[in-house]
Amino acid sequence: MSHPEEKIAPDPVTGETVTINMGPSHPSTHGVLRLVVELDGEVVRKVVPHVGYLHRGMEKIAESMTYHQFIPYTDRLDYLAPLSNNVAFVLAVEKLIGLEVPPRCRAIRVICCEIARISAHLLWLGTGALDLGAATVFFHTFRERETLYNLIEMITGTRLTTSYPRVGGLARDLPDGLIPQLAEFIKTFPQKVDEYETLLTRNRIWLKRTQNIGKISAADAVDFGLTGPNLRACGVEYDVRKAFPYSGYEQYDFEIPLGGVGDAYDRYLVRIEEMRQSVRILRQAVASLPAGPVNADDPKVVLPPKKKVVTSMEELIHQFIIVTEGFPAPTGEVYHAVEAPKGELGFYVKSEGSKSPYRLKIRSPSFVSLQAVPLMAEGGMVSDLIAVVASLDPVMGEVDR
Amino acid sequence: MGTEPLEVVKVREKFGAALKEVVYFRGEETLVLEPSGIRPICAFLKSDPEMSFNLLLDIAGIHFLEREYSYEVIYHLLSLARKRRLRLRVRLGEEGEIDSVVPVWRTADWHEREAFDLVGIRFKGHPDLRRILMPEDFVGHPLRKDFPLEQ
Repeated sequence: MSHPEEKIAPDPVTGETVTINMGPSHPSTHGVLRLVVELDGEVVRKVVPHVGYLHRGMEKIAESMTYHQFIPYTDRLDYLAPLSNNVAFVLAVEKLIGLEVPPRCRAIRVICCEIARISAHLLWLGTGALDLGAATVFFHTFRERETLYNLIEMITGTRLTTSYPRVGGLARDLPDGLIPQLAEFIKTFPQKVDEYETLLTRNRIWLKRTQNIGKISAADAVDFGLTGPNLRACGVEYDVRKAFPYSGYEQYDFEIPLGGVGDAYDRYLVRIEEMRQSVRILRQAVASLPAGPVNADDPKVVLPPKKKVVTSMEELIHQFIIVTEGFPAPTGEVYHAVEAPKGELGFYVKSEGSKSPYRLKIRSPSFVSLQAVPLMAEGGMVSDLIAVVASLDPVMGEVDR
Repeated sequence: MGTEPLEVVKVREKFGAALKEVVYFRGEETLVLEPSGIRPICAFLKSDPEMSFNLLLDIAGIHFLEREYSYEVIYHLLSLARKRRLRLRVRLGEEGEIDSVVPVWRTADWHEREAFDLVGIRFKGHPDLRRILMPEDFVGHPLRKDFPLEQ
């Protein structure tokens, strides 16, 4: 085990370093991240991350779209937690136009966000462990993820590209039969988390591969702008759900897990505990799910119910206008952030009074996290570089936008 | 708004004319600043114990056509201790150049590279100002309003 501050002697054979290219197509870079690594034997002397291989120009596309039309694009940001991105975007637009949604809609959005968080953390845990050679965990976490994807499919009709929330509400109410299935998941899932812990938390190999690896101090983490589990693993208590509650999070009782030293092991422990806290929030949300409508009463923004569209001419015209022309937003600018699985996901929307944003800027947590890779990995072993990247949990859809 | 927020009072007290305007919208506050004051004001907002905006969340560049200014640079700041957000806005002319805030927050590095890459704003004193999302041989800045969309 090596430390960044350790002085490395030059290669005794040649005294030279070797530059290798890792990625952009590499199984453990979680997408299309390219790392140019300068190696001295097995020690990483320098690492330069290159991003942009998945850049689709989303912010440019947004400038010629109505606010409703951009929702499907948000699915493709953090494609492991699309519901979270959808909610973040619609909340930003609702803040811009000054629209309140009904309590039932707020509670369902919380359910969506927490399902997304558990699902994203399960994928991270499975693939992160697989990166370090622990294959069994991957099979276990994907079993539970399948259950969650079945729930997401029931709610939204799709498994990956959800596009479920709408500006002013939701595409539809929860389907019949969802709540019992979700309650069953809430009942059984905590034991599954214990199972993952049995496999890893005291596993000698896992400890060797994660403890003191990719260590970052709290001061450095703040300086690099880390948020979410990566920041909390350093012991910094910042969670958007607590600091700037949205969608009614202030009504739920949950704790923010914190780490101590900010290494890969702490980031693992924080995410494991976050899954338990998410279950806690889900339990409360299901128990106190209010009745009532899921859409705000604002016919200029919210699409009319489908049943009425096919039976009434006025509603058909209404739907046509919202779909083809959208709705104008007032001149102004807002920033709204949510606690996405990876950290603070924020949307900055600048409007000049038209149906499209004049400028949309997505503050993605993964983009920021990757900046810290050189600090965390230089001076360590090349195999630990994998652990560093995996523990930061970057997703390239969100990095490159 | 009744009384002014503390950051407005302190920035005005210390930097006077560099604070051109304060905008309130939907419960958010934006300080509109002179470009020359950006680095000292950021350093003050970060280091002053009453301010402690220690986390820079984001930098966004915006391009405009046919106005008295050509660019806006938007900074989103967060104070972890005070649980407060703050937005800074700077307007630039055609030269599109402003001091880098990398010496204040290291996280500004990639954000400024992105603003340079996509909008074409140049940050003076940035340690490594090159493209980040577009290929190195790409011509133009795609988020400019005069960028040709049909090639």
